[in-house]
Amino acid sequence: MWKRFSSNRPALVGVVLLIAVIAVALLAPVLFPNGPWKMVQRPFLMPMAVDGLPLGTDTLGRDVAAQLAYGAQVSLLVGLVSTLVALLIGVPLGALAGFYGGYVDEGAMRFTEFFQTIPNFALAIVLVAIFEPTLASITLAIAIVSWPPVARLVRAEVMSVRRREFVDAARLAGLSKPRILLTQVLPNTVSPIIVMASLMVATAILLESSLSFLGLGDPNALSWGYMIGAARTVIRSAWWLSFFPGLAIIITVLALNLIGEGLNDALNPHLRQRGQKP
Amino acid sequence: MTYLKTTTFLIAAALAAPLAAQQSGGRLDIVVQPEPPGLMMGLLQNGPTQLVAGDIYESLLRYDSDLSPMPSLAKEWEISEDGLTYTFHLNEGVLWHDGTPFTAEDVVFSADVFLRETHARLRASLAYVDSITAPDDLTVVFQLREPFGPFINAFEAGTMPIVPKHIYDGTDYANNEMNATPIGTGPFKFQEWVKGSHIHLVKNEDYYIDGLPYLDEVFYRVIPDAASRAVAFETGEVDVLPGGSVENWDVPRLTELEGVCSTGKGWEFFAPLAWMWMNNREGPTSDVRFRQAVMYAMDRNFVKDVVWNGFGTVATGPVASATNFYTNEVTQYDYNPDKAKELLAEMGYDGETVRILPLPYGETWQRWAEAVRQNLNEAGINAEIDSSDVAGWNEKTSQWDYDLAFTYLYQYGDPALGVSRNYTMDQIQKGSPWNNVEGYENPELDKKWKAAASMVTPEERAAAYAEIQKEIVDDAPVAWLQELEFPTIYRCEIQDLVTTAIGVNDGLRDAWIEQ
Repeated sequence: MWKRFSSNRPALVGVVLLIAVIAVALLAPVLFPNGPWKMVQRPFLMPMAVDGLPLGTDTLGRDVAAQLAYGAQVSLLVGLVSTLVALLIGVPLGALAGFYGGYVDEGAMRFTEFFQTIPNFALAIVLVAIFEPTLASITLAIAIVSWPPVARLVRAEVMSVRRREFVDAARLAGLSKPRILLTQVLPNTVSPIIVMASLMVATAILLESSLSFLGLGDPNALSWGYMIGAARTVIRSAWWLSFFPGLAIIITVLALNLIGEGLNDALNPHLRQRGQKP
Repeated sequence: MTYLKTTTFLIAAALAAPLAAQQSGGRLDIVVQPEPPGLMMGLLQNGPTQLVAGDIYESLLRYDSDLSPMPSLAKEWEISEDGLTYTFHLNEGVLWHDGTPFTAEDVVFSADVFLRETHARLRASLAYVDSITAPDDLTVVFQLREPFGPFINAFEAGTMPIVPKHIYDGTDYANNEMNATPIGTGPFKFQEWVKGSHIHLVKNEDYYIDGLPYLDEVFYRVIPDAASRAVAFETGEVDVLPGGSVENWDVPRLTELEGVCSTGKGWEFFAPLAWMWMNNREGPTSDVRFRQAVMYAMDRNFVKDVVWNGFGTVATGPVASATNFYTNEVTQYDYNPDKAKELLAEMGYDGETVRILPLPYGETWQRWAEAVRQNLNEAGINAEIDSSDVAGWNEKTSQWDYDLAFTYLYQYGDPALGVSRNYTMDQIQKGSPWNNVEGYENPELDKKWKAAASMVTPEERAAAYAEIQKEIVDDAPVAWLQELEFPTIYRCEIQDLVTTAIGVNDGLRDAWIEQ
């Protein structure tokens, strides 16, 4: 599997980019011990205008490079945690629905549809506006709007796996239903879930940025979306304030998408590498 | 001899030239933001209404930038020695916009009947008034119960707009259909209001001062988005951006354009002063040393220069320096983080987090809160920003659910009108974000505030307010930040636009365009 993944060049590029972003996020406190909010120089300094400020300063004279690094922390944290939470909701719900069928399935799917009928972003805005915008509430809101596709996917996978012979064998061997679900069925649905999760992290980062851009970010956590939102009013006089965080978002989301594609190709034995003979 | 005469003539001509240069004619396009809810100034006194209706309605007096009264509908006035009788002599030949003559009866009706019912802020001042009478058509006498120093400041157009008795007497004021086509005595007449687009005013040809106004017509333009307003100014679609109509960051870019002028004047009467409420009731902010530490921790000059682009003045205390009775002989809270740390150590601050509630009025205020949070963190105070919309801000401040909360209020030219309301105990009342929200209790000072309001001579009052300021600044019940200045941006060929203490609100009377 790793062999198939590593022979996929775009996926490797994705991994390298993501590792770079993670490294910047982890090293932020070392590289910029003063934090992202410290007013260090005159405001509106162009990139490279002053030594030590390669990306210039923002409207309050804060170091844009430091903001980018700390923003990476927030973006990755929100992306990962909200995806985890979404999986925690979506996987059990989908698995139960797909495995037991009948009323359980009906109930779970109607509940899922209830969430799927509301546009993602609109629901996220409403949720964040109701709770006060904090990192926790934003993460939770993103998780709540992103679990329904997970539940759908897991349900479909479970439904196909539970009809296989090895499941019948397990049943004949006398395993209980919950045990079959946990030990036999679920492990065989992991690969599409992993692929989906990697793409969900990317979507979550975009969602968080959009919320922050609209002013619904956590005012105490500096994120890339906040940087762009704050720079919007000065976009004509200070392009770099929105350009660099925008670039950071693009790079991170692109990296995650490349990795997701790569995983999809590597984990799906029927597809193998695209563009090559099966 | 002939030579001398020629020189004299030339000098005289040179001196006369600026006076003769005022040219009549032309049209002005001015941004009004947001669109006013109505133009009947006796009923509505919010900012946009005052901006537009200040050209339609007038009061007895106008005020120059030192807040000294100037003639308006009243050409002369006297105040008796004991400070109890105010006599106004009105201009002759003043007509309402519908042609009806204006008389002293209109003033009596406006002040004693109409505005007593509709104008809460004026009603508080009118509580000191025993009777308002008109001995003849051109004289009005206000008789006071007890002396009330700030009363002379109550005759501003937004505070006491004179409304036509012949239209409103005996009617339901709020539902009078003439509210849609306001009739005043001012230099401009209401012509048309296209909702969502513009308000059109035209020159009052029968204005009682010969030659005024100079302009033929004025369009107040409604443009909902700040960036679009800036663009409209750049493209020449509008000529004047009144204070606050574009984001602060756009101000330098616009003022650097060719042929563009700006001024910070014209806010002296309002003297908006920004501060942070500090909750005096509970938490670390209930300790005076903590409040002083907050004052020392903040780099207020930085905020003035960076967040406000140099517009405004760092505040030294509760009274704005443009207002009467201001003194700077108080404790100065310069930027001094070390001093702040000392004070915090002395009180034994345990690191309890304090919440900062920004004013939800746009980017400027958000950046301001971020700068203050950073300053406080650097001084060792754990501060974080609480986020809120306008409704949430109102709710949290008026229900006292905050630690530090940004605000700014107008001073209306006198401490008794716009300052004491935020510091006396009788103003502690849940439900309003404009009174003594911080919960400061100082019975000794309460007595001094009350006494200072009803002293007769300005000298006595100045001494009393100086004493009050000195004491209250040491207590730091709130964190005074800055006297705000909202620059008015306009094309340089517009002359005499801002000549009074309320700026563009009543400035068009004298404004003219150089051709």
